[in-house]
Amino acid sequence: MAGLEDLYKEIIIDHYRNPRNRGELDSPPAHKTEGFNPLCGDEVLLTFALKGEIIEELLISGQGCSISQASASMMSAAVQGKSIGEVRDLTRQFKAMMSIHEESIGADDPPPGDGHAFELGDLEALKGVVKFPVRIKCATLSWNTLLTGLDELEV
Amino acid sequence: MSLPSDLKSNFPLLSQTINGHQIVYLDSAASSQKPDVVIEAMNNYYRTINANVHRGAYQIAAEATEAMEQARAKLATFIGAPSANEIVFTKNATESFNLIARSWGGQNLGPNDVVLISDMEHHANIVPWQILSAEKGFELRWIPLTPDGHLDLSQLDRLLNGVKMVSITAMSNVLGTLNPIREIADKAHSVGALMAVDGSQYVPHLPTNVVELGADLLCFTGHKMCGPTGIGVLWGRAEVLDAMPPFLGGGEMILDVRRDGFTPNELPHKFEAGTPPIAEIIGLGAAVDFLSSLGMSDVRQHEIDLTDYALRALTDRYGEEITIHGPSNASERGGVLSIQYRDVHPHDLSQVLDQRGICVRAGHHCAKPLMRELGVGATARASLYVYNDKSDVDALTESLAPAGELFAL
Ligand SMILES: Cc1ncc(COP(=O)(O)O)c(C=O)c1O
Repeated sequence: MAGLEDLYKEIIIDHYRNPRNRGELDSPPAHKTEGFNPLCGDEVLLTFALKGEIIEELLISGQGCSISQASASMMSAAVQGKSIGEVRDLTRQFKAMMSIHEESIGADDPPPGDGHAFELGDLEALKGVVKFPVRIKCATLSWNTLLTGLDELEV
Repeated sequence: MSLPSDLKSNFPLLSQTINGHQIVYLDSAASSQKPDVVIEAMNNYYRTINANVHRGAYQIAAEATEAMEQARAKLATFIGAPSANEIVFTKNATESFNLIARSWGGQNLGPNDVVLISDMEHHANIVPWQILSAEKGFELRWIPLTPDGHLDLSQLDRLLNGVKMVSITAMSNVLGTLNPIREIADKAHSVGALMAVDGSQYVPHLPTNVVELGADLLCFTGHKMCGPTGIGVLWGRAEVLDAMPPFLGGGEMILDVRRDGFTPNELPHKFEAGTPPIAEIIGLGAAVDFLSSLGMSDVRQHEIDLTDYALRALTDRYGEEITIHGPSNASERGGVLSIQYRDVHPHDLSQVLDQRGICVRAGHHCAKPLMRELGVGATARASLYVYNDKSDVDALTESLAPAGELFAL
């Protein structure tokens, strides 16, 4: 049986209590994208500024449970300064950790990035979420929202 | 009279342990547990009289038809319907509302018309109207709420201007609020509008009489009243149903089909296309027998008592740290407790409770417009039913504090 300690690692609680990069950038010029988890009502609003291909700044607002908020906070720290291609790679890596693999995700999922593999760092702490399948959507909400935002740039 | 104290033993699922704890089931507003008699009735049907209904002349087909029609009659009695022919079986309350919107709405609503609902409706009584409104161009109007979670009826006369249909829940699945359906129905009728009622949270918990309610149409769902999933009811006054065109087309709902058209069947079959969920209908009939044997007045009294106990226990223990949405007086509400505890997110709260075998719902409860009014994204909802007792409430009360320690910001 998976216990609460598998889910609520200290670092997750820390990101939940002290979320990094909270707020909203002025949009425009920043890009803005919104995501919902219809199951539990969590909402995330991302605003991010690009410099060329690089995510220069990304801020998060919205509301949600500890898992969705911690994951968003960790994501915000992880993607700053990365290129769009790198962010796509990191997202794929993160979703793989959440047991969501390329073959099981839809055709509209990310086109291949640059094939980087990253140190997941703090993000590793979210691994325990896999044992609580209903919470996987909480952990991936901000990531999917960012992907949607990036996809919108390309059309 | 009160309910038997060993009622839990009628519900096999409730003898389980979850995560090492005796299960504490507090999510009956989402779906109730099923007593042995319901499970047995469905089992028996499959084991002894499984056959299609209204078709075969052979014995078991006749028995299956008879069992199904008996269930219909039981439901009619249960809600005080003048005739069993007014009971239409659907898949659930959601389908019942879609039937009303498509059939009645499709025939009667146009650009200058208004349908009046409220800010506390379930999506089942919102989205079917929105879908139709996009096609027909009528206005969907909303009765607002008072700060204590009642319908704000102060402007009702003005809101009723131009309204052809009023469709309101008899009891909120989030706030527990019991609404003055009769009063609203009388006003609706005075402007020539029909009154549809969402009884999903009402029929399972209170004595129901459609005539006294003043309703023209009533939707409810079997799985919240000790019955199986996959079976719901639309009750309508015969006159109203008769005037409505068919919803789904196919077998069973016709008297005749020719190359150039069809003749619809009589009520209630006109609205029951295809092979019905026979076992589920029989199961729902058994659920109605079960609830009737308890007595719906006693069911209601049990829930008032237990809701009162829960409201006191939670507020005595947690005071300012807890918000329970909706009316604070148990006699004005049902046993649905939407809780905000400190700043613990409902999802996290329910996860901690789950570790203790306590089942509560976290989310928007299919009432997003209401969530926006309340200014929250989600609530944790504990809901009570016939089998719950003080020990279930105590388990909930005890378990909030540990969740607070983990998550309070
Ligand atoms: C007030 C209310 N209306 C409608 C429904 C819809 O019921 P069902 O999902 O069985 O159609 C529910 C239950 O979810 C409810 O609580």
